Amino acid sequence: MRYLPHTDVDVQQMLDQIGVSKIDELFSGIPEDCRLQRPLDLNAAGSESEVLLFLRELAEKNSKVSDWDAFLGGGAYNHFIPAVVDQLVSRSEFYTAYTPYQPEISQGTLQAIFEFQTLICQLTGMDVANASMYDGASACAEAVLLAIRAGKKRKKVLLSQALPPQYRETTATYCRYLDIELVDIPLQNGLTNQVELQTLLDDQVAAVVVGYPNYFGQIEDLATIAELTHASGARLVAAVPEPLALALYKSPGELGADIVVGEGQSFGIPLSYGGPGIGFFAVRKKDMRVLPGRLVGETTDKDGKRGFVLTLATREQHIRREKATSNICSNQGMCVLMVSIYLALHGKQGLRQLADVNFAKASYAKEKIAQLKGFSVTFPGASFNEFVITCSEPVAALKKRLEQGGILAGISLGRDYSDLENGLLICVTEQNSREQIDRLVSALAGGEA
Amino acid sequence: MMSTEGRGLVLNENLLFEQSQPGRVGYSVAGLDVPAVTPDSHLIREDISDFPELSEVDVVRHYTRLSTWNYGVDSGFYPLGSCTMKYNPKINEVAARLPGFTDIHPQTPEALNQGALELMYNLQRDLGEISGFPAITLQPAAGAQGEFAGMLMIRAWQEARGQKRHKVIIPDTAHGTNPASSALCGYEVITVASDGILSKEAVAAVMDDDVAALMVTNPNTLGLFEADIREICDLVHERGGLVYSDGANLNAMMGISRPGDIGIDVMHFNLHKTFSTPHGGGGPGSGPVGVVDKLKPFMPVPFIVKGDGGYQLEYNCPQSIGRLKSFYGHFGILVRAYSYILSMGGEGLKRASELAVLNANYIRARLENEYDLPNKQRSLHEVVFSEDALQNDCHTLDVAKRLIDYGYHPPTIYFPLVVHGALMIEPTETESKQTIDEFCDALLAIAAESKNNPELLKQAPVRAKVRRLDETAAARKPKLRWERE
Repeated sequence: MRYLPHTDVDVQQMLDQIGVSKIDELFSGIPEDCRLQRPLDLNAAGSESEVLLFLRELAEKNSKVSDWDAFLGGGAYNHFIPAVVDQLVSRSEFYTAYTPYQPEISQGTLQAIFEFQTLICQLTGMDVANASMYDGASACAEAVLLAIRAGKKRKKVLLSQALPPQYRETTATYCRYLDIELVDIPLQNGLTNQVELQTLLDDQVAAVVVGYPNYFGQIEDLATIAELTHASGARLVAAVPEPLALALYKSPGELGADIVVGEGQSFGIPLSYGGPGIGFFAVRKKDMRVLPGRLVGETTDKDGKRGFVLTLATREQHIRREKATSNICSNQGMCVLMVSIYLALHGKQGLRQLADVNFAKASYAKEKIAQLKGFSVTFPGASFNEFVITCSEPVAALKKRLEQGGILAGISLGRDYSDLENGLLICVTEQNSREQIDRLVSALAGGEA
Repeated sequence: MMSTEGRGLVLNENLLFEQSQPGRVGYSVAGLDVPAVTPDSHLIREDISDFPELSEVDVVRHYTRLSTWNYGVDSGFYPLGSCTMKYNPKINEVAARLPGFTDIHPQTPEALNQGALELMYNLQRDLGEISGFPAITLQPAAGAQGEFAGMLMIRAWQEARGQKRHKVIIPDTAHGTNPASSALCGYEVITVASDGILSKEAVAAVMDDDVAALMVTNPNTLGLFEADIREICDLVHERGGLVYSDGANLNAMMGISRPGDIGIDVMHFNLHKTFSTPHGGGGPGSGPVGVVDKLKPFMPVPFIVKGDGGYQLEYNCPQSIGRLKSFYGHFGILVRAYSYILSMGGEGLKRASELAVLNANYIRARLENEYDLPNKQRSLHEVVFSEDALQNDCHTLDVAKRLIDYGYHPPTIYFPLVVHGALMIEPTETESKQTIDEFCDALLAIAAESKNNPELLKQAPVRAKVRRLDETAAARKPKLRWERE
């Protein structure tokens, strides 16, 4: 086997040194009744060419978004990935290393994480960011746990119904046995209803969680929500499923959020059927010591030279065990790099320009669809690169019809929102050409796709 | 803190932000083919203050240079105990980057992504065969999330039977994630002392009707197989508890012993350990979970089933613990793990476990006269020494740092907590005898240095990018981001 370097001579010499006659003796600590008495029923070992051929066949049974007119978002976004990103993350000094426990030989990873933390702070308008979480949904759940920890005896959390459903479901899973009451905030026009929010807020609420943009692509009035939330002594969590929006719209930090979490997949990480992505997590200084996850800090070495280390580890499971701020052990290291490289390449101007393009294309599509008979744009407010339309024909049939014309039209909202049974969530990014949008519009209208 | 050192070959690289030049761009956004519009001005951000402005070349050189300060499995031997730093096959990277895997959207109708679902279904089946569990979920993002999922299922199962239990028993050799995951499920943690191996008596002494589960790692973090595991499982089951096994050390067991056959109810896999997916500088990992039949109704949704219409995502599972993250798991990592299983085959996996154990025992045999070995039982895939044989006030940390000067990544240190100054070495099967001999020679030389020239240990490392870093200062006055001075 090509990954196993031992020759028969090696094995014999090693057994001699150990003082046993065969490898099986090394397993003498395993009682006989715990042994598997047959070979594993798996495939035979495959050569590299065989394995690749087989996997290529599987891959070819899938539908690449690049082969379709795809308008799918809903938490996973089709953005172009510059060649530089994969070229650099393919350097195996990065990807074959582990968590930088030994800082002297991990300065590459550590400096990259320190820069990532800074980029996330700048983008979100916050003070401190960690080295990343699994994804946006689990980061959202961890934000709720942080608010509960920091909110003393407060045990209630208000979740906007326009928070992405997967974020709400994940948060519910994390809170399942922790005696935390999760309450939905109803919507108005696709936005968190501020009157209802005000009614729900009381001295038991530890946090209010809203999407920014929310699941419908809408831009919430975070400033007002922050004011209401703070007046009752709770923390505002802004959850950002599409962070490219933050290059165009005011940052959650500027608008008063206390915790900003989100999904960074948009920044250079392939769709990969929904994972791995990367969760980001940023807070104000006051919450620095109750953050979950890894943190990298700057320090100096014995000679006074700048260097970076994992720090504030006393929050973490390997030190605090059951009293840790989270059970998380890994971060999304490789994805940290992808995001950082992507953001560094685009930079201040490029990211804004890209956000402008996304906004303009989505606006174009929105306007064209609004003019169609039998369709309307559901919500009037500002949006970014996603929006909801209401269809006069059943969504499932409509999607099927468009699919036959090579169009993946969007995500049906009926399963998660009973009052949006005819709602379709459409996403337009820089990857969608004007021709594609025009084809979508004409197909919706019933014309040839 | 802009350094004045030249770049050239000098080991310095300023932060992205320090290199930034106003007006510089590293990427050309495609032109606009629709009318330009902007949102209402009161919503718009001015700019992202201090965001970097760099050219493509700047960015490429920056990260290339950073990479040279790292040490990965491809750089050399990386015997980090409990982390199974085996070689990451390159074909896995190629496979995971096939456009038919990277360029697929999770919300595309299932009928259009049958290849992805088939891969996941096959991987579920193979992990089931390797572990002996009838049901597998691929959703957990990493080992710790797998633990969390497993413990949630245990709690959900017990509550469905009308039982509310509050405690979980965990041996003192466990990873910190075990108690942390239990706490996240609302459990109180009862720590039991183990004398290397967990005894039936120790478990019996704390097992009562308020104990939901026992959480073990098998083989444990000392590399020892829990020899009484069957009887311990029986004992826990008799009192209505379940047994969780941390699969961190599955690399010692493939084709040799299956947790699902010996009384374990739930186990997570670490695909980034046992199944060769890269550790990525900290992640992403992947932590699938296997369960016995009675826990199946509680699995996270969705999971993959094969029906008349092909492979499907199943959401209809009313007793499910719910969702752990968006979508279906770390698919890109699942592809790599499946590629590994296809490459190794059943026999190859068993051989991998055998050679991993051979390598660890060989290291033990070569070092046990110079380094103190507190647990003398027959160990499997890793070996844990203490610092007790070191002289002249040299400690495990000093040995670790000195190993860097010899060109190796240090082993795991100060874990497990039950060993004084633990030096935990896990070589894995992908290292040759020659590599291991050189590593052992280095450790023997360091043991000699601790007697004759301890300063070499205390000053180490001297050949790395930086010398020892002031971690106390880093924690006391945390500087966690760059800011304009």
